[in-house]
Amino acid sequence: MDIFLQQIINGVVQGSIYALVALGYTMVYGIMGLINFAHGEVVMIGTLVTITVAGLLAAAGLPPILAGLGGLIAAVLCCMALGWGLERVAYRPLRNAPRLTPLITAIGMSIVLQNVAMIAWGRNYLTFPAFLPKANFEVAGAHFTAIQLFIVIVAAATMAGLMLLIYRTKLGMAMRATAQNPAVASLMGVNIDRVIAAAFVIGSALGAVAGVMVGTYYEIAHYQMGFMLGLKAFTAAVLGGIGNLAGAMAGGVLLGIIEALGAGYIGSLTGDFLGSHYQDIFAFVVLIVVLMFKPSGLFGEKTGDRA
Amino acid sequence: MKNWLSPRSTAGIVLIAAALVALPFVLATGGQAWVRIANFAILYVFLALGLNIVVGFAGLLDLGYIAFYAVGAYAWALLASPHFGIHWPVWAILPLGAGLACIAGVLLGSPTLKLRGDYLAIVTLGFGEIVRIFMNNLNAPVNITNGPQGITLIDPVSIAGFRFSGSSEILGVTLSGPQKYYFLLVALAILVIIVNLRLQHSRIGRAWQAIREDEIAAKAVGIDTRNLKLLAFAMGASFGGIAGGIFAAMQGFVSPESFSLIESIMILAMVVLGGMGHIPGVILGAVLLSILPEALRYGVAPVQKLLFGQILVDPESLRMLIFGLALVLVMRFKPAGLWPSPERKRELQPEKAGG
Repeated sequence: MDIFLQQIINGVVQGSIYALVALGYTMVYGIMGLINFAHGEVVMIGTLVTITVAGLLAAAGLPPILAGLGGLIAAVLCCMALGWGLERVAYRPLRNAPRLTPLITAIGMSIVLQNVAMIAWGRNYLTFPAFLPKANFEVAGAHFTAIQLFIVIVAAATMAGLMLLIYRTKLGMAMRATAQNPAVASLMGVNIDRVIAAAFVIGSALGAVAGVMVGTYYEIAHYQMGFMLGLKAFTAAVLGGIGNLAGAMAGGVLLGIIEALGAGYIGSLTGDFLGSHYQDIFAFVVLIVVLMFKPSGLFGEKTGDRA
Repeated sequence: MKNWLSPRSTAGIVLIAAALVALPFVLATGGQAWVRIANFAILYVFLALGLNIVVGFAGLLDLGYIAFYAVGAYAWALLASPHFGIHWPVWAILPLGAGLACIAGVLLGSPTLKLRGDYLAIVTLGFGEIVRIFMNNLNAPVNITNGPQGITLIDPVSIAGFRFSGSSEILGVTLSGPQKYYFLLVALAILVIIVNLRLQHSRIGRAWQAIREDEIAAKAVGIDTRNLKLLAFAMGASFGGIAGGIFAAMQGFVSPESFSLIESIMILAMVVLGGMGHIPGVILGAVLLSILPEALRYGVAPVQKLLFGQILVDPESLRMLIFGLALVLVMRFKPAGLWPSPERKRELQPEKAGG
């Protein structure tokens, strides 16, 4: 039973990271109907910027926690600028283009960002500096670390902040209105360009936070790390019902738990025929099964035909 | 068919045919590597046209197309290599590979066809990843795919004792292995192009177009949308399976690495960048996108040396960087693709004026 609990804890931690990245996908999708394939790369840039900036700050003599905080702030600012730039340069000119055109642009941007990162940071794995003390806690036979606790708390706080922004501010109202109907929203005086730019900037900021978490959790970073993470997060967003903020969070956490449980139990369930290296399959199998029965995701409302 | 026979069209066809025949000999003067690049370009034309049936004609966004290619490639690799000690002839494996890929297409299609647009995209993407992960891991406890090492020493294509690997002499002309494959691939590609052309204007093709433009309206006029969508999936998948078989035979080696998501995305990019649903456009897209990275591979390092006197940036990443930028720029200035069909171009005109 304590193994079960342990896997749940691991799953929630991993899931909070997925959820944060998934929010970036779902916000952009909800407003523009675009799968922003480059979002995973934004997360990756966030992690790598943190390594560089925190390394510089630590070299300047700052204590690890402050250096880490400095790195986080730098990453968030960098990614916000990057998200804004992406929208401005790559996606805005394609607002009225056929549906698949911005998708190819997103893929192109993803390739560009990966290779820029490779030129800037090299093709080797980088070590993510440790900012937090390596403390261990034990509850009911399950262990968790300070880092895991930190990840869950920061993710929860960030998501609460996002909810406040979306449901309690004027910008949030404008974003919700645009997601429902851009044409009518613009007639009501909503500046659509600003709303879309805001969605990209906010999504990228969340991505940067997630990037720092991935780095802290796995203590390693690489220019290709954004791809699989982005894929899983997008799966989480679709699982929850893409375009739905609460769905993205629930989908992310759910996906994390399913993966952790799946990896933990697949061996004994299949008589060791399938091992834990099939971990990556669960995300997709669950996704396919869920969509077979609920074609618009777990919490998605029935949307019109976008295809 | 009548306008095909006009003098201008005939002259065009003769010119293209002459160019296609001459190409491998011209390329061979620069080394067999160039013939291989041309072969891959044709293989991608084949794949892109297969995907064009699914995405371009029926409007179903498929991000896992490479899975069918993988099924075909592994079917060939397992049935014609020392791995299991089986060496079946091409006549048995190629249809079998196509059939297996077709079944995979229907298996994927049937539960997911009620999904719309982007939901379908992510499910197909997931399916592609599942296939790849299985190929990567099915080496234990029973060794089926030999895992990440892949399968080697795969038999080449051989028809009636005529082997397509190694050089041989036909009618006084010496042909190298890649050159022979070139002609095989051209023949297959022509076959696919004809199938595509005939499909496009057939009853089925028009029904697909109706589904693509408005599924509900298509249903309302009595089109069996479910079966037709399945048919699109199955046909696209079969072409993928055939291409996979040829790929395995030509390379003599398959491993899961060749079937990653990025390959699916590349083929989709070829279709969209060329001009979705428009056959000449798709061919152009496939040729350009398969040759561009190779051309950059040879071009990037010397150009850097020429400009700066030394290699400043790792050529491999610079090459992909330029490739990504090219995708972005083409989509920016040609949103409907490089060579869109005339109807599509017209549709886009008023929107352009408004935006």
